[in-house]
Amino acid sequence: MKKEKFNIIKDSCIPLPLENIDTDQIVPARFLKATTREGFGENLFRDWRFDEQGNKIESFVLNDPTYSGQILVAGKNFGSGSSREHAAWAIADYGFRVVVSSFFADIHKNNELNNFVLPVVVTEQFLKELFDSIYANPRTEVIVNLPEQTITNTATGKSETFEINAYKKHCLMNGLDDIDFLLSNKDKIESWEAAR
Amino acid sequence: MNTLFDKIWDSHIVHKVEDGPTQLYIDRLYCHEVTSPQAFDDLRSRGIKCLRPDKIYCMPDHNIPTKDQDKPIEEPVSRHQVETLTRNAHEFGLTHFGMKHPKNGIIHVVGPELGLTLPGMTIVCGDSHTSTHGAMGAVAFGIGTSEVGMVLASQCILQQKPKSMRINVEGTLGKGVTAKDVALYIISQMTTSGATGYFVEYAGSAIRSMSMESRLTLCNLSIEMGARGGMVAPDEVTFEYIKGREYAPKGEEWDKAVAYWKTLPSDADAIFDKEITFQAADIEPRVTYGTNPGMGIGITESVPAVETMPEAGQASYIKSLEYMGFSAGEKLEGHPIDYVFIGSCTNGRIEDFRAFAEIVKGHKKAENVVAWIVPGSWSVYRQIEEEGIADTLTAAGFELRQPGCSACLAMNEDKIPAGKYAISTSNRNFEGRQGQGARTILASPYVAAAAAITGKITDPRKFL
Repeated sequence: MKKEKFNIIKDSCIPLPLENIDTDQIVPARFLKATTREGFGENLFRDWRFDEQGNKIESFVLNDPTYSGQILVAGKNFGSGSSREHAAWAIADYGFRVVVSSFFADIHKNNELNNFVLPVVVTEQFLKELFDSIYANPRTEVIVNLPEQTITNTATGKSETFEINAYKKHCLMNGLDDIDFLLSNKDKIESWEAAR
Repeated sequence: MNTLFDKIWDSHIVHKVEDGPTQLYIDRLYCHEVTSPQAFDDLRSRGIKCLRPDKIYCMPDHNIPTKDQDKPIEEPVSRHQVETLTRNAHEFGLTHFGMKHPKNGIIHVVGPELGLTLPGMTIVCGDSHTSTHGAMGAVAFGIGTSEVGMVLASQCILQQKPKSMRINVEGTLGKGVTAKDVALYIISQMTTSGATGYFVEYAGSAIRSMSMESRLTLCNLSIEMGARGGMVAPDEVTFEYIKGREYAPKGEEWDKAVAYWKTLPSDADAIFDKEITFQAADIEPRVTYGTNPGMGIGITESVPAVETMPEAGQASYIKSLEYMGFSAGEKLEGHPIDYVFIGSCTNGRIEDFRAFAEIVKGHKKAENVVAWIVPGSWSVYRQIEEEGIADTLTAAGFELRQPGCSACLAMNEDKIPAGKYAISTSNRNFEGRQGQGARTILASPYVAAAAAITGKITDPRKFL
């Protein structure tokens, strides 16, 4: 897995205004059989992107050349359902660095963070306006500033701040993962066990 | 004034990261074949071993076929994944119940039935239905593969403490109303994201009266309303269930354990961030009509009108009904079905097969129905045979299959064909969950049984 350090991203977006997009849609179970983390981008939104014969479904947004960018903008409750991290691997492997929604499911949100994809929670109003901006001009750019924890819709000039805990922010900005951190605390683990 | 959740969580804190997550000690890690291989790779690439191999149990369940388990898995990619788990368990020195092992089965069925899951524990697994184990009075939740790697390496996980919610169900459940119906009712009231960010404790007289297996079904579905987990305070029902199980404490250890478990229930003055009460009398046998578990109705009700949905959700709602081939306003009772699946970590325990058999006894499987009867574990399989349930099923024209996750997520060959309707006792009716284009209707074992003998969606109370 690439641990690409995260700072400020300015790019256009791909809109997916459906609610409750579950991880079975992000990557269907029959593609979970790999034993490595690579190549899942091919199967991102597989059954919405391709028909049963493997032909592209032209109407699906990922097949529409009008829209491009490293920022996925999705409806409320993104990533519900299965804990499969393969969903986050597929999003990252496809080339997304940011997912914007008004609400994320917990496990999937952690999985994105652990794969250096930033989930940005915005208000319903910001999300609605962002969809409107993208549909009015598919080149609309969004600026996601992790150090400042802000997101800006450049079409409207409106900004919001978003939440992320300081530890995870530090990890994303410096390309660090949790195993390194946990193992550096081994003495604490052993003393907890001894005190039990 | 602590909650059940607080007591367990707080006693497992190893370290609090400043302005960050909590480092939480994990008593039990369960690993299956789908979400673990990359985590083992993470350890290999660092050249490290598992910190506490004795706290980790592995078993394949998602990919394994439900027929001919004595033969190698035909599908090469599935076989490779299952074999990878065997190799990893061996290399890292972990307990492994492989395919056809007498203790194999769906991890969330096996953990409680062996006494590996106990009150007061912290339990994780790379599987969202880990919430099941909360029924025993444990803090149990699903995690991603990177997090599985953290636990393999350090027996700890970094997590933000969730908020707390208590859901009370008061009163007596009506005839033919099961824990599955209670869960589907709660989810439909809460929506699929209504408990996101929360850890739920189920309480109230209807929950207290539930058997252990019913509580496992209820907690299993907590994730379907977004909850991090669900739990029930341990009580005599819990202790009675655990006593004598293979890995349960014995003798003096048992007495000590029970004394500790009795301290776990939420204090009378415990405060929850949110508290909701439902009435058991409002719940009837249920079915889902859409493509998430929150889209459900009582079996006598009609599919809601589009206008009753919030505006931002209407596009998704219409897409969902189109996928299912249902119309707003339609009654589902009497709608023909093609497949019936009983099994999964939701309803794959002996109580579920007893319920199914109670209805099909003396009837015949409908000719238009293909039925997959899949026990949750080999232990359940053996019990089905010993109790004579297998004979009842055979007499009614059903075939008992071998244990595994099976058609719940169709990673093996048990796939519902496109466009076909399946009444399923599993946990998710997402698009394509049971096979590309498959149309899933979630329901209890009673509803599944009534559909299996009539060939259509049928109110099971007619047979009880």
